[in-house]
Amino acid sequence: MANFYTEHPELRYHLNNPMMERICELKERNYRDKEEFDYAPQDYADAMDSYDKVLEITGEITGEVIAANAESVDLEGPHCANGRVEYASGTKVNMDAMVKAGLNGMTMPRRFGGLNFPITPYTMCAEIVAAADAGFSNIWSLQDCIETLYEFGNEDQHNRFIPRICAGETMSMDLTEPDAGSDLQSVMLKATYDEAGNCWRLNGVKRFITNGDADLHLVLARSEEGTKDGRGLSMFIYDKRDGGVNVRRIENKLGIHGSPTCELVFKNARAELCGDRKLGLIKYVMALMNGARLGIAAQSVGLSQAAYNEALAYAKDRKQFGKAIIEFPAVYDMLSTIKAKLDAGRALLYQTSRYVDIYKALDDIARERKLTPEERQEQKKYAKLADAFTPLAKGMNSEYANQNAYDCIQVHGGSGFMLEYACQRIYRDARITSIYEGTTQLQTVAAIRYVTNGSYLATLREYEQVACSEEMKPLLERAKAMTDEFEACTNLVKEAADQEFHDLMARRLYEMAADCVMSHLIIQDATRAPEMFTQSAKVYVNYAEAEVEKHDAFIRNFNKADMDCYRK
Amino acid sequence: MSLKIVVLAKQVPDTRNVGKDAMTAEGTINRAALPAIFNPEDLNALEQALRLKETHPGSTVTMLTMGPGRAAEIIREGLYRGADGGYLLTDRAFAGADTLATSYALATAIRKIGEYDLIIGGRQAIDGDTAQVGPQVAEKLGLTQVTYAEEILDVNEADRKVTIKRHIDGGVETVVAPMPLVITVNGSAAPCRPRNARLVQKYKRAMGAQEKAAVTKDGAELPYAQLYNDRPYLNITEWSTADVNADLEQCGLSGSPTKVKTIQNISFQAKESKTLTGSDQDVEGLIVELLANHTIG
Repeated sequence: MANFYTEHPELRYHLNNPMMERICELKERNYRDKEEFDYAPQDYADAMDSYDKVLEITGEITGEVIAANAESVDLEGPHCANGRVEYASGTKVNMDAMVKAGLNGMTMPRRFGGLNFPITPYTMCAEIVAAADAGFSNIWSLQDCIETLYEFGNEDQHNRFIPRICAGETMSMDLTEPDAGSDLQSVMLKATYDEAGNCWRLNGVKRFITNGDADLHLVLARSEEGTKDGRGLSMFIYDKRDGGVNVRRIENKLGIHGSPTCELVFKNARAELCGDRKLGLIKYVMALMNGARLGIAAQSVGLSQAAYNEALAYAKDRKQFGKAIIEFPAVYDMLSTIKAKLDAGRALLYQTSRYVDIYKALDDIARERKLTPEERQEQKKYAKLADAFTPLAKGMNSEYANQNAYDCIQVHGGSGFMLEYACQRIYRDARITSIYEGTTQLQTVAAIRYVTNGSYLATLREYEQVACSEEMKPLLERAKAMTDEFEACTNLVKEAADQEFHDLMARRLYEMAADCVMSHLIIQDATRAPEMFTQSAKVYVNYAEAEVEKHDAFIRNFNKADMDCYRK
Repeated sequence: MSLKIVVLAKQVPDTRNVGKDAMTAEGTINRAALPAIFNPEDLNALEQALRLKETHPGSTVTMLTMGPGRAAEIIREGLYRGADGGYLLTDRAFAGADTLATSYALATAIRKIGEYDLIIGGRQAIDGDTAQVGPQVAEKLGLTQVTYAEEILDVNEADRKVTIKRHIDGGVETVVAPMPLVITVNGSAAPCRPRNARLVQKYKRAMGAQEKAAVTKDGAELPYAQLYNDRPYLNITEWSTADVNADLEQCGLSGSPTKVKTIQNISFQAKESKTLTGSDQDVEGLIVELLANHTIG
């Protein structure tokens, strides 16, 4: 029996992080649900045992059902007929298994039928599902849109919508339009209030909408007539049961074939406001996107794991010049680097998810009662860390997924170019991760203020104080030196006081910060679990150090007079 | 009206991946080398029962298994997927049973359960491969039986009739049978649903008396002991021969006329090899030969 959770002990390691105790305590409000719900945990150990068991179920379904269907779903894809989406047959089987296993609405409170899981174990499930089929993971993972409805919707909306998502109905986030991609301020879909119907009406077109025929949609629309920027946008809930939205076509894509990417036509569609008017983009979509970005980071790590599994199996099996190709330095260099990026990227993913967990749980408590001053401080600290780390986790892991998928094909040689092997699907599926939910370039934009305001640097200096094993000490010293270079380069760019030069160097500074952060995290992991992470820590720091040197050389040697050569 | 369904299930050694250490020198199964699993076709049977529970609200699904204390796992696996409860028939006197003694024991337990409309089990277990236990239970209880079921198409509660699709040689047939009824389900039926996250969290501590005794045998405390008082469903009922009023003569070894005289290890070996070219003539010749000796067709 294939199990995508138990086969990768790194996941259980990350689940058992010491920060989970605080996360559980906050999320479970000192385990108060145990009297009311027969499936609520009694205490911390019980909660952790439950997460582990549910991850095992997810691992089994992904190993036995979703992975087995991945190829046929990729070939068949969804179809559009009469304005509706018909999933590929394998997708329906996958969905049915996930719903029967009760893996929907995982993070929602139990009073709505949810599992009340923290974001971290949920994100692990998302990673596992993506490792089996990245396209299907989109459909399943869009359940996390319900977080936004939970955070900003009213009690009546909670009661009407959340139980449906917990029971397995699907969601979509309808943001992009033909002329509003990265620039969501330009969204034009029109929302007008219908006095007679006592509701809002939506009219217009959305494009590139993942799972666009979902049961519930969160829609960004222009509610303030005459406005042109983000302040005129609000968020709406559209319920498919009300009708008014049709799928005009499904896009023909390079990868993630199982995930229907739709063009939607809104014709006087009945909708209701979620939260307050005018806060659609500036508040709610930002929250929605942060959740989605963590999801894409998880999808990327899943793809990296899949790429590693495929490459490793092939390299062990394939013989050339009388021996398995894994024995050649040129090949094991690629494999160990894939593994190092996978382990370091995963460490970053779950560090981020834990930061998100703490501040979100405190946010939720704040809806019930006033936080103590200590709690408020804790909330602020982790909200800032989450905000700073999310673009790192999304951007870096999506780039790594692409690099790993590329190397996975390279390990396969000519066979990898043939469509018979899974590596080609992984390669095609990985490509979108560095584009959607904000390109890597936009992750840089989101992250750069934490470079310039010294947030990453402060965190890195804190990480330097975390005790590490004797074996890891030399690596820690090197990580410190890398951070020094990052600091020096940041200062150099800041001192230049030239916005264009700053923007041109931003991606390099962003990567330097991420290289340093991941080096520290993998060193910490190799300290706690040397048998699992020592190799990756050494390989990763070698890799990251060279990357930092590269960026350092580029930034230091850059002649501003050359900027003209870069401009179009 | 609703249905009372009993699911017969067995814990078996996983014989699907047999290595060379699968048998002991004495010719018995080396249980340490083969993990204990839910008999695959019993999972198909459980799925049919759970589907009926969904389509006939108010119905109950009761698991029944026979085995050592650790076979309570079968009951838990049922609970994780939606069964309502279960019984573990467990007694040294049940041990060593062949199909006759097993069906006797199960039949006495079903009589003790008392109310039932449908008794559903897998076609056969992967350790013995006899496919006898289901039919023998039906005979002992004097019930109609439908074997090789692939799908229970309809249960008409008013007429007390069940419509079933059966797997037969070269096709399927649809039969109608009266309740109460014994059904054995074929492996070609729908696979069983996965364990459910809420139910796993609810029932993960459910244990039988022997399992609890194993936890506490060295003076250790039973974790969350109070829960077993507060939540009776966490105590898996164990039934002994006395609990089901079984005649000891018909149980276990003494009730089993089947005697294993000797066991031979057989290794499959290629005795001869042939080299064929890719020509139409050679390929056709091979097809004819394989058809003639029934390897294919």
